[in-house]
Amino acid sequence: MLSIDNLQASVADKPILRGISLEIKAGEVHAIMGPNGSGKSTLSNVLAGRENVRVTGGKVTYRGKDLLAMEVEERAREGVFLAFQYPVEIPGVGNVYLLKAALNAQRKHRGLPELDAMDFLALVKDKMKLMEMNESMLYRAVNEGFSGGEKKRNEILQMAVLEPHLSILDETDSGLDIDALKIVANGVNSLRSPERSMILVTHYQRLLDYIQPDFVHVLAGGRIVRSGGPELAHELEREGYAWIGDAQSQTVAAQ
Amino acid sequence: MNSVPDTLEEFISQEYQHGFETLIDADEIPRGLSEDTVRLISARKNEPDFLLQWRLDAFRRWLKMTPPTWSNVHYPPIDYQDIIYYSAPRSQKDGHKSLEEVDPELLKTYEKLGIPLHERAILAGVAVDAVFDSVSVATTFKDKLAEVGIIFCSFSEAVQHHPDLVRQYLGTVVPVQDNFYAALNSAVFSDGSFVYIPPGVRCPMELSTYFRINAKNTGQFERTLIIADQGASVSYLEGCTAPMRDENQLHAAVVELVALDDAKIKYSTVQNWYPGDKEGRGGIYNFVTKRGDCRGARSHISWTQVETGSAITWKYPSVVLRGEESVGEFYSVALTNHRQQADTGTKMIHIGKNTRSTIVSKGISAGYGQQAYRGLVRVARSAIGARNHTQCDSLLLGDRCQAHTYPYIEVKNNSATVEHEASTSRIGEDQLFFCRQRGIDTEDAVSMIVNGFCKEVFKELPMEFAVEAQKLLGVSLEGSVG
Repeated sequence: MLSIDNLQASVADKPILRGISLEIKAGEVHAIMGPNGSGKSTLSNVLAGRENVRVTGGKVTYRGKDLLAMEVEERAREGVFLAFQYPVEIPGVGNVYLLKAALNAQRKHRGLPELDAMDFLALVKDKMKLMEMNESMLYRAVNEGFSGGEKKRNEILQMAVLEPHLSILDETDSGLDIDALKIVANGVNSLRSPERSMILVTHYQRLLDYIQPDFVHVLAGGRIVRSGGPELAHELEREGYAWIGDAQSQTVAAQ
Repeated sequence: MNSVPDTLEEFISQEYQHGFETLIDADEIPRGLSEDTVRLISARKNEPDFLLQWRLDAFRRWLKMTPPTWSNVHYPPIDYQDIIYYSAPRSQKDGHKSLEEVDPELLKTYEKLGIPLHERAILAGVAVDAVFDSVSVATTFKDKLAEVGIIFCSFSEAVQHHPDLVRQYLGTVVPVQDNFYAALNSAVFSDGSFVYIPPGVRCPMELSTYFRINAKNTGQFERTLIIADQGASVSYLEGCTAPMRDENQLHAAVVELVALDDAKIKYSTVQNWYPGDKEGRGGIYNFVTKRGDCRGARSHISWTQVETGSAITWKYPSVVLRGEESVGEFYSVALTNHRQQADTGTKMIHIGKNTRSTIVSKGISAGYGQQAYRGLVRVARSAIGARNHTQCDSLLLGDRCQAHTYPYIEVKNNSATVEHEASTSRIGEDQLFFCRQRGIDTEDAVSMIVNGFCKEVFKELPMEFAVEAQKLLGVSLEGSVG
């Protein structure tokens, strides 16, 4: 599904990612954990194609294609989805309007007929039940006046409607209370399938109680310093990220 | 990804769509402006003496006036002797009687602009007065409207057939000496639309005027006068286009609205004059005075404008709230792209008790666009319990455009409530990235975000116009984003 090979990237000429390699197969869920400033969000952004991140080396192959050569919307249409850490508000643009425009742009790209209003509404209402969202949210402006939890649920609703191949969830658990977290996790879990892969970017282990990852990677100083199974997350929860300082200085010393 | 623009930068540039010219034999008077020009225009139109005297008075006052310099727009001085003040399609010289007599070339022109003048082809429920350069070429549904006593005709016709009404109301809302351009218009105006809605009549269809500047080196000086008598109501639309030309052309119109007791006038404009090219060559100077007078108690005047065209826009549709409990509204979307400049806003003058006004202004700047909102809310000592709410938002696309807000608030009594909210935002690269990440391309995303921004104003427009306005914004913004 996704193969990241020695990826290096800078933001405002400051190197943030210093050589990341990662292999994600179809159906797998990978958690990327790490302290603040370790480059987690930069990794999400570079995969989605954000312009302020400059790739300085390495390559990323997505379903056999050079991901980094693709435009932002092309990546989206090819099935790459980013659930934003801070979803933006778009005043005056109805949630339902955005969703329909997005879905139909993607369907068009895949050579599928566009959905008409009736079929689309039936689909989206179905997905809203899953996310325990009130239908009135469809007709409100995108994220405008939404609570933090509502915004995150709205992100997952978009993911459920768009049915991406690769989902990147950037700190989706931040700012969620436990009930909202369960609903979000439930939505994400329902989308797990052998054809679909996910990257969960998170600071805390809490999310992983509800969404069981296949692999956990620890990112620090722009590199993956450790990889393991779900048990690694528990270890981090117990011991924090303090040990990373040592591990990092050892890596640097070794070079 | 060749043709698809990714960034706001690439997005902001499509060509003006109404830039064609109609080749038609025109009856023009020589360039230049003098008392003789004024007399000549008046004579061509066979006007009664009171109107000639009125024009001459305006002209003499104008000679002593200077163009306003307080607005935030910049242009070289206009040579008023280099303008042709009257140009009429020759075939129209004697005025029009019926659609059958209208020159087919003219009908074709309006057809091309999407304004069919054949009544059967017209969108149900819209009557049109078409003004071509200096004269009105056709007015549709006139007879049907006359059945309920409504007068809808060209200004010239009103002068001939309803001189008393013209005399009673002309210049009572915008006096001849009001400002430099209004005085100029009063001296040389050639045509425009006239509407009178008798007491208690709700106008059964939308009335509209479509203004077209065609001839070269010509100024368009039209005059519109709308009177809604007691308990009457009317919705009026105005559209404007012009050919693409390298030189600037002056459009200095005056619109006067009078609403008597319990009357309601809704005036909507979609202004799409030629804006000039990307480097700022050519385009219309749109220097317009529009004012409504809520003369009667509980009267209501509402201005809605979508301003996407013109090289320079200088325009402040205003409402004088004289009648008790009268209501004034101003809803505006103004867009400046490339080198366009706009200084626009409104004045709400509260005189009567418990008068209310609402201002919603949405300014969008892209490219090197310059935009200012300038608004005055004045509450007189007599306006006990007056209320105003102003909301003024600016949206910037790219980093070379500018938006300014100049609110003036003068309150002379302490029972008034005046609220002003203002915001400036940049079309977020964040918003754009979000939309693109969902698979929507830049062009559609910008148009979606901008239309969302303007929604409060668009919902005030009549249906067909709202659709038109949305499309226009999309087109005007193409090639704008940064």
